[in-house]
Amino acid sequence: MAAINRDDVAHLAQLAHIEMNAEELDRMAGELAVIVDSVKSVSEAAGDDVPRTSHPIPLTNVFREDVVGHTFTAEQALSGAPDSDENRFKVPAILDEA
Amino acid sequence: MTDTNELIRLSAAQLAEKLRAGEVTSVEVTQAFLDRIAAVDGGERGVNAFLHVNTEEALAVAAEVDAIRAAGGAAAEELNELAGVPIAVKDLIVTIGQPTTAGSKILEGWHSPYDATVVKRLRAAKMPILGKTNLDEFAMGSSTEHSAYGPTRNPWDLDRIPGGSGGGSAAAVAAFEAPLALGTDTGGSIRQPGAVTGTVGVKPTYGSVSRYGAIAMASSLDQIGPVSRTVLDSALLHHVIGGHDPFDSTSLPDPLDDLVAAARVGNVEGLRVGIIKELHGEGFQAGVENRFNDSLELLKEAGAEIVEVSCPNFQYALGAYYLIMPSEASSNLAKFDGVRYGLRVLPEDGPMTIERVMGATRAAGFGDEVKRRIILGTYALSAGYYDAYYGSAQKVRTLVQRDFDAAFTVADVLISPTAPTTAFKLGEKLNDPLAMYLNDIATIPANLAGVPGLTLPGGLADEDGLPVGIQLLAPARQDARLYRVGAVLESLLEAKWGGPLLAQAPELAPSIETQEAK
Repeated sequence: MAAINRDDVAHLAQLAHIEMNAEELDRMAGELAVIVDSVKSVSEAAGDDVPRTSHPIPLTNVFREDVVGHTFTAEQALSGAPDSDENRFKVPAILDEA
Repeated sequence: MTDTNELIRLSAAQLAEKLRAGEVTSVEVTQAFLDRIAAVDGGERGVNAFLHVNTEEALAVAAEVDAIRAAGGAAAEELNELAGVPIAVKDLIVTIGQPTTAGSKILEGWHSPYDATVVKRLRAAKMPILGKTNLDEFAMGSSTEHSAYGPTRNPWDLDRIPGGSGGGSAAAVAAFEAPLALGTDTGGSIRQPGAVTGTVGVKPTYGSVSRYGAIAMASSLDQIGPVSRTVLDSALLHHVIGGHDPFDSTSLPDPLDDLVAAARVGNVEGLRVGIIKELHGEGFQAGVENRFNDSLELLKEAGAEIVEVSCPNFQYALGAYYLIMPSEASSNLAKFDGVRYGLRVLPEDGPMTIERVMGATRAAGFGDEVKRRIILGTYALSAGYYDAYYGSAQKVRTLVQRDFDAAFTVADVLISPTAPTTAFKLGEKLNDPLAMYLNDIATIPANLAGVPGLTLPGGLADEDGLPVGIQLLAPARQDARLYRVGAVLESLLEAKWGGPLLAQAPELAPSIETQEAK
């Protein structure tokens, strides 16, 4: 497996929506390379015949009765919003049209 | 009325008894803990276990319990066993009426519009909530140094870490600022702080306690559980918070076993206790190993059969954990984007688009460890690496489960040291993420497999005089076994020490004065 480098970190940071300056990218790339190297052995631990476990105690078909219950009021839902208008979350431009 | 200095040192079970007998009121008890918090938590050399103290509401709930008791009748008889006994709540668990920060700047000042299920159950049991406890940001860490609100200090030595991520809950209980607390455990965040502060903590079977309202780090690993000073107290609290919850689709539908009765069984005769070959010896501090051996000796004398088991795939557990946990965390933390709640930071220049606002918000709101894990998780899940990293880690999870299954055919419970070392110095491992991750080497396998684990104090290490934790592990859904064996081992150890281990902890308030005088 390829080692993680500064360009990878820059790309990943963009995907994860975290702005990073040059100093941070350098530091993060160094730290992550060490961590990624230390977890490498995991990919050699199990053969193809071993099934994957996504959940420690799997439950299937978890349903409940379809009854009307408590939901948040618009006021409650917006109570922590940084900005809102007319009972809606207000955000800056979604499309890059500035 | 009992002296308040004595009152705060009583166990939750003893406090409950005194409350029922009318020897003390809940207001007196709650005030005693609030006073203790005021005395030892704040200031330059304070424990800093609490991020928020809930004085008014806690006293109101206490007064309500006292009024019900005073009136007598059916309402008094129906009170929960722990009614009136105060508790602290890890600030990863949402509460109406108090801020919830998750130890992060991104949620500074945020108030949840709903209560976590466990908080609803504390309220139903009429347990006064003393406040919210400090933690590593979003529960990511083993030292509480990654909190955006400053580290918590270990009551045994204020220059040392209290473990993490639940260092606040463990330190609050160890410093007699609360008799009980709630924690969350994704890779050891209840058990490792318990070990290094000389307290008890339990990670229940995955699904045994509802996760609804615990801010998710890694959903397939996270579990809420009790933090206390005695094994019986953890059983009492587990009983209050446990059981099925329709709001958590991973909540087990099975009824809870009688955990409190299990803690009162009082014998381990004929029980098979398995030493995990891979989880002691090399890599474990000598003093930790010595105290571990003491516990084995005591269990043997009490009639338990000690066997050795091997779990060869545990060597891959830490690696698998550091792929699965960040992967799930990177997805779970995507919701902190400055749109619906929490911080919003606008970019200093350039176009003002939502994407750039998210980037600036998350850059300013998250600390280094959170960013590291989000980037690592994004990497492990990205095209081309998914199978080699995330997929392989999920296979290791199967192998770890198989190791446990095999071990539990020859042993009823497993035993190991909880953490490889005693509490290290503040700052010692802060800039070495990998060294920090190794603290959880003995606790992570239980999270990967979903099995329950308990830590209890096993004594003080010879070389540094700091607490050592003993971990017990049981098969999934057999949490009762942990309480049975844990309570027996606790009583044998306390008989040897002549009282609880925490009685040997240094006096806190005077030591702060001494420090200030220097």
